[in-house]
Amino acid sequence: MPKEQQMSVSVWRGGAAGAYQSFDVKMEDNQTVLDVVAWIQQYADPTLSYRYACRVGMCGSCAMMVNGVPRWTCRTHVKKVLKDGHMEIGPLRNLPVIKDLATDMDSFFNKWVAAEGLHHPTQTRHDPIEAIDPASAARVEANAGIECINCSVCYAACDTVAGNPDYLGPAALQRAWSVYNDSKDSDKQAILDAVSGVGGCHNCHSQGSCAVHCPNELNPMNAIAGLKRETARNFFKRRT
Amino acid sequence: MIHGYRTHTLWIAFLLHRISGVALALFLPAHFWVLSYALNAPQKLDGFLHWAETPIVKFAEFGLVFLLSVHMLGGLRLMALEFLPWTSGQKTAAASAVAASTFLAGIFLLRAI
Repeated sequence: MPKEQQMSVSVWRGGAAGAYQSFDVKMEDNQTVLDVVAWIQQYADPTLSYRYACRVGMCGSCAMMVNGVPRWTCRTHVKKVLKDGHMEIGPLRNLPVIKDLATDMDSFFNKWVAAEGLHHPTQTRHDPIEAIDPASAARVEANAGIECINCSVCYAACDTVAGNPDYLGPAALQRAWSVYNDSKDSDKQAILDAVSGVGGCHNCHSQGSCAVHCPNELNPMNAIAGLKRETARNFFKRRT
Repeated sequence: MIHGYRTHTLWIAFLLHRISGVALALFLPAHFWVLSYALNAPQKLDGFLHWAETPIVKFAEFGLVFLLSVHMLGGLRLMALEFLPWTSGQKTAAASAVAASTFLAGIFLLRAI
């Protein structure tokens, strides 16, 4: 019988102050990074804390730094990231660490609300359902960002977030852009005001790490460029 | 430090834009200081211009022209990104800015030597 293959996995332990702990994990033919974390928690150290839910790339709970790159761990195959039989798994960047691989995502979600990335209704439940043309330019623009799963990978990849804690970040701004382009939204001025403040879209340096690392291949940089255009247009319109 | 999440074209374009901007900000005061010799100390200016004929300075000017060009073209790229309708060729635009700047600086160097 062939000797089973092992890999060496360094996992962050502790809070903001902590250290990487090494584990030897059995390699399987089909194994995701989340499988590795789950294996460690079940067979090596039950005190390991991490977060996951759906395991199929829909819920956005399981994002972590893998070899220094933010990834959705449930859809990242071990063979894709293993380097010389080793990998390093850490908590998401730019968010406070609660314990081990679990981060406090409050600031990430609070910024969605701060960016007015929420629905401002035009009608009530008693009105008939409004017909939306899926081919209209605004709807196409809104659709481009709606597959966001709130995983915070873009937020962890963004150096502007790292440099400015007030910056709303790629995900919140992309949601604001989707809502802005939604014909069923009634308060577009509130969105423009929210995204043009101190931590708003104009902080973006267009480094594009959000678009490179988004697991759903969305493009928040495109959305932020759209917000920059609209806030600039709104600024000059208001002055005349 | 260039971590794994930064090793892509547009992040490197950002770094180049920042470095060229800082380098030009340092260069311009020195440039104006030397220009002021034309009014205040013509002999000093002649001496400086004589020194500026040396090969090492010519090569440094190649770098300077590259920085100027890449900062200008990179800035135009960012303004197009932010104010024109979105286009998908952002990486190509950034790479083209570097290629055009290398070409321009190369022409400058060939004419200078």
